[in-house]
Amino acid sequence: MHNTLTTSPTHPACEEKKANVSLGVCLGALALKNPVMTASGTFGYGLEFADFVDLNRLGGIIVKGTTLEPREGNPYPRMAETAHGMLNCVGLQNKGVDYFCEHIYPEVRGLNTAVLINVSGNSPETYAECARRIAELDAIPAIELNISCPNVRHGGMAFGVTCEGAASVVRAVRAVYPKTLIVKLSPNVTSIADIARAVEAEGADAVSLINTLMGMAIDAERRRPVLSIGTGGLSGPAVKPVALRMVWQVFDAVKIPVVGLGGIMNATDAIEFMLAGATAVEIGTANFIDPAVTMKVINGIEDYLRRHGFNDVRQLIGAAHSAS
Amino acid sequence: MKKYILDLTIRRTTAPRPGYVLLQLTDPTAPLPPMLPGQFVEVRIDGSPSTFLRRPISINYVDRQANELWLLVHAVGDGTRTLAALREGDSVNVVLPLGRGFTLPKPQAGSTDTGTSPQCDSDRTAQSEKTAPQRYLLIGGGVGTAPLLYLGQTLAALGHRPTFLLGGRTSADLMQLELFRALGEVCITTEDGSTGERGFVTQHSLWQSADTFSHICTCGPKPMMAAVARLASEKGIDCEASLENMMACGLGACLCCVEDTVDGHVCVCKEGPVFNTNRLKW
Repeated sequence: MHNTLTTSPTHPACEEKKANVSLGVCLGALALKNPVMTASGTFGYGLEFADFVDLNRLGGIIVKGTTLEPREGNPYPRMAETAHGMLNCVGLQNKGVDYFCEHIYPEVRGLNTAVLINVSGNSPETYAECARRIAELDAIPAIELNISCPNVRHGGMAFGVTCEGAASVVRAVRAVYPKTLIVKLSPNVTSIADIARAVEAEGADAVSLINTLMGMAIDAERRRPVLSIGTGGLSGPAVKPVALRMVWQVFDAVKIPVVGLGGIMNATDAIEFMLAGATAVEIGTANFIDPAVTMKVINGIEDYLRRHGFNDVRQLIGAAHSAS
Repeated sequence: MKKYILDLTIRRTTAPRPGYVLLQLTDPTAPLPPMLPGQFVEVRIDGSPSTFLRRPISINYVDRQANELWLLVHAVGDGTRTLAALREGDSVNVVLPLGRGFTLPKPQAGSTDTGTSPQCDSDRTAQSEKTAPQRYLLIGGGVGTAPLLYLGQTLAALGHRPTFLLGGRTSADLMQLELFRALGEVCITTEDGSTGERGFVTQHSLWQSADTFSHICTCGPKPMMAAVARLASEKGIDCEASLENMMACGLGACLCCVEDTVDGHVCVCKEGPVFNTNRLKW
């Protein structure tokens, strides 16, 4: 059974207090000033949102999926709006890890928040080489390993849907990456708890879930799929109940911290994920509707803690389990 | 340019023709921020259960004196239909200004370009071509004419007198003509010949002497813009086109609205929506 204080309470950043309410959490050795991070692929490098958000107030920024080699991604159209959500098949478009190191890193290294990089690849070796290069960047304290992208033909989700595949990538990266290693899990599996246990066994420091749910849209007038590759990943509030259930299950299955995401639109959603077992949360698609949503979520969590007489956000982690 | 999230108030709403609505928005609390022609805003759609994302709408006109932003909306789906149903006094949440607009000329000190095209029916000033080397032809089709009004207004303020070439299927498709005429000459094509010359914008007789123009700016259906770009290229005229790919974030974060260019996939919302057509692969 979990101790709700899964993190090291003595870490200095975990002690950050604001008006008697402590918002700090830790993912392994990674200290976050609050539990609110931005999800990969929804917040650019953070700089795109600087007019709307005080980036330094964020718990963390997870930079979009980065691969060893540049990738052009999938053809347009890559997006379809759905009821209470959206599908995308961007396909990991990025300029490659070396471009990040040379051009983006100098821009983000001065931020007073945890800047993490989401790492993807098409073989354990390419994941590991990408992670190794990022490990050399002093100001990047952690990576999020993307073994769950549904929009690329080779790699991505292919690794995340079997325990052996997931373990093979984590093993290769763990061997070369000494900092905090978060593994982002796919919901497109029979038992996400089994995958979570497999990556925990290979030394992952935390798991984040869920990546998008595979779906599709069809244009009835033109009688063809809307997205260029047919299928895409569903995100937004439509997936929240599924994500919440999976966070709940994974919290029961592993001892490492869980990062919850999937359709969080406001502070109440974020709190629900923490009550289900998340130590931290990621805000994704909501950034497209309200570019300032992350600030509102942080403020809302603080208000909730005060309203319910909590003095430490970590008191919320998994708290709904004891009531069930 | 600094971007803002603003709650604007609808001061006036009119229907220039069925299926379209002109929203005149104001900020009751402060002057509207700087905006450039060709840029767009992302409008949040409230009260439409099937609409999740904001809708990108081009800036139609900015009336600084009245502190008004005009958006011309074509009601084609649930989101835009919800916008079209808004009433005076309603509040609209917008993110603005977004994207890169049309390339603007440097302000002309003391000189005014009143150049005209001989095929168009208004005031001619034959000498103008010699005194003003930069001459703008603004080509719009359908609701794509919307950003050209603000572009024309801005060019006029910079001392230019642009020529507009506006196309529609029929005369009813042409909107805001009086406002365009106040800024420059207006040439028209309709497919049924009900107004102006019959045919597409690319068939108008002004193309016979189009090499007097130095810049073409176009917005409308993609096949129209691609045809305009080909003509511009043949005649060696610099050409910019405003694209309207489906978008989610409008900020360059989600990478959904990409266009294939000579530089690979680039975000229309951030690197565009206006592109020099020599960058586009169409």
